[in-house]
Amino acid sequence: MTAQLVAGTTLAATGMDTKPMFSLALFIGFVAITLYVVRRVSGGNSTTSNYYTAGGGFTGAQNGIALSGDFLSAASFLGIAGGIAVHGYDGFVYSVGWVVAWLVGLLLIAEMLRNTGRFTMGDVVAYRLRQRPVRIAAATSTLMISFLYLLAQVAGAGGLVSLLLNISSRLGQSIAIAVVGIVMIVYVLVGGMKGTTWVQIIKATLLLLCMVLITVYLLGAFDFNFSTILAKASTGSPMGSAILDPGALYGANELDFVSLALALVLGICSLPHVLMRFYTVPNSREVRRSFRWAIWAMVVFYFCTLIVGYGATALVGADTIVHAPGGENSAAPLLAYAIGGPMLLGLVSAVAFATILAVVAGLTLTASVSFAHDIYASIIKRGQAEAGREIQVARLTALIMGVLAILGGILVNGRNVAFLVALALALAASANLSALLYSLFWKRYNTAGALASIYGGLGSCVLLIALSPVVSGAKDSIVKSVDFHVFPLSNPGIVSIPFSFLCGWAATLISGRAEDPAKQAEMEVRSLTAIEAD
Amino acid sequence: MNVARHAEGRHSVPAELRSTLFEADPAECHLDFAAIQRTPEFRALRRKQRNFVFPMSLLFMLWFMAYVLLSAYARQFMAIKVLGLINVGIVMGLAQFLTTVVIMALYCSYADKTLGAAVEDVHLRAGTES
Repeated sequence: MTAQLVAGTTLAATGMDTKPMFSLALFIGFVAITLYVVRRVSGGNSTTSNYYTAGGGFTGAQNGIALSGDFLSAASFLGIAGGIAVHGYDGFVYSVGWVVAWLVGLLLIAEMLRNTGRFTMGDVVAYRLRQRPVRIAAATSTLMISFLYLLAQVAGAGGLVSLLLNISSRLGQSIAIAVVGIVMIVYVLVGGMKGTTWVQIIKATLLLLCMVLITVYLLGAFDFNFSTILAKASTGSPMGSAILDPGALYGANELDFVSLALALVLGICSLPHVLMRFYTVPNSREVRRSFRWAIWAMVVFYFCTLIVGYGATALVGADTIVHAPGGENSAAPLLAYAIGGPMLLGLVSAVAFATILAVVAGLTLTASVSFAHDIYASIIKRGQAEAGREIQVARLTALIMGVLAILGGILVNGRNVAFLVALALALAASANLSALLYSLFWKRYNTAGALASIYGGLGSCVLLIALSPVVSGAKDSIVKSVDFHVFPLSNPGIVSIPFSFLCGWAATLISGRAEDPAKQAEMEVRSLTAIEAD
Repeated sequence: MNVARHAEGRHSVPAELRSTLFEADPAECHLDFAAIQRTPEFRALRRKQRNFVFPMSLLFMLWFMAYVLLSAYARQFMAIKVLGLINVGIVMGLAQFLTTVVIMALYCSYADKTLGAAVEDVHLRAGTES
């Protein structure tokens, strides 16, 4: 049976008989159903609380599935399966980071954030500090991270189209990017948090089911013996059995690997669109319940990814994957084709598209809320904004972000944008995490400290990336003509994360300014007891 | 406000003490958070929370970084086969999944029981609804 499966993949690799119309029909079906759901649930979007955080009305289970959906972006779904298929063990270590990262959110951030803030990270960091400068800093960080992440996702949509629908022309891909962007804008404008959460729930459920089905099938085909899959994978990889051992991807630069892992584990729960999800449930208990659902979903998902990744090497072959359109990202779709023919390929493709859609909608919503709430309502209107007007501003921001993402996505389409995700994670781990942890746990933290940790984290990350081999000096750098790289790592986390903590600490002590102790008491009491928190 | 409701309870708060927990105008029920912050109940809650989350965070970070560092620098060790072709690295990686679930379960039950009771004590002392 296995021999037949392998023979089938060559068909897929040549791009024949993949029934792109079937995936397209499934995708359109998904969009139609989700748009209907978004329309149905978005009745009460007239207050900021409803529009921004669904009035805190989701249950822990719903929010947990949606949270896992936020994490399962196309990058982690297609990217990690492909990473394991091509680089073996090193791809797996990456997925472990995505699971462990949840503990940072659960133990240190989520409940206290929900109890003190309302909509954004700025609510929490600026709680007991000077509102204007701190909110501007928090919004800057939120907008920057969300936009980079958004750009990476939208640009990924272009590559995905070429792979899944066999559209290779630049125009065709640009149209696909525009369609993804427009549908996303509609979700956000019509649905607000309630709508985007439901899109996320539907997509995450489909994705999990898909992965579990493929995994069960694979295990069945190999007599439920993981070792047999590994043996077959060794023969399907040009590296041979080295694919089972560490070092295939990061063997040449171990420190870079450690830096990436650090940014992953500390950055994921500090991503603004993930932080915002902690506000969509009514109390601390439901926050914990969300995590229980989400962590289980992630453990199951990444366990499946391990099987699917090695299964793809075993049945499709690493060479075929690398040379297919879309490269590493094609591992899961090619495997789907190998075991289930064009129908399963169509299903996996449609789910992959749905994934991009749902994640970009969440990102756009987060960025627009941060602008409308932190900048427009709190700074421009000094807290006197009328709710209807504030939502209009949020919608307008979402529209602008969406259009910028479409244009940016078309512009960077075809370039290597994988570093954008790594950069966004490093930024979140550097700028957001230090500011959040200090403001939740350190009494003396003051305005100067908050500004230093946020801007110090953002600045050091961007500077180190600019001076890294990502930008110049390596064969896959963005700038090829000149080499000005002085920083040896492509992931800045290992330097920028401690640096931002150091900045926040030093600036707090140097400035020495004591903030209002009453506000500190209020924040600390509310963070632990939820008194008066709505 | 809820003096009457809690008057019979073990945590009842004498009226004279209660007045110190509120600012001048009790009609607005504006809570004096600084006073709540100074109560032994709140300090106990804060201590219990921090004594759990700090060591636990340190533990899982060290365990995760140990796994990453071993994968990066002790590659031969991680490549040792344990069961068939499954090596130490994969076993340790799956163990990370397991410990994540275990720590989550430990924290959730600690928060539901111990922290929940401590929060309840603070609410009773402050006369607020939980």
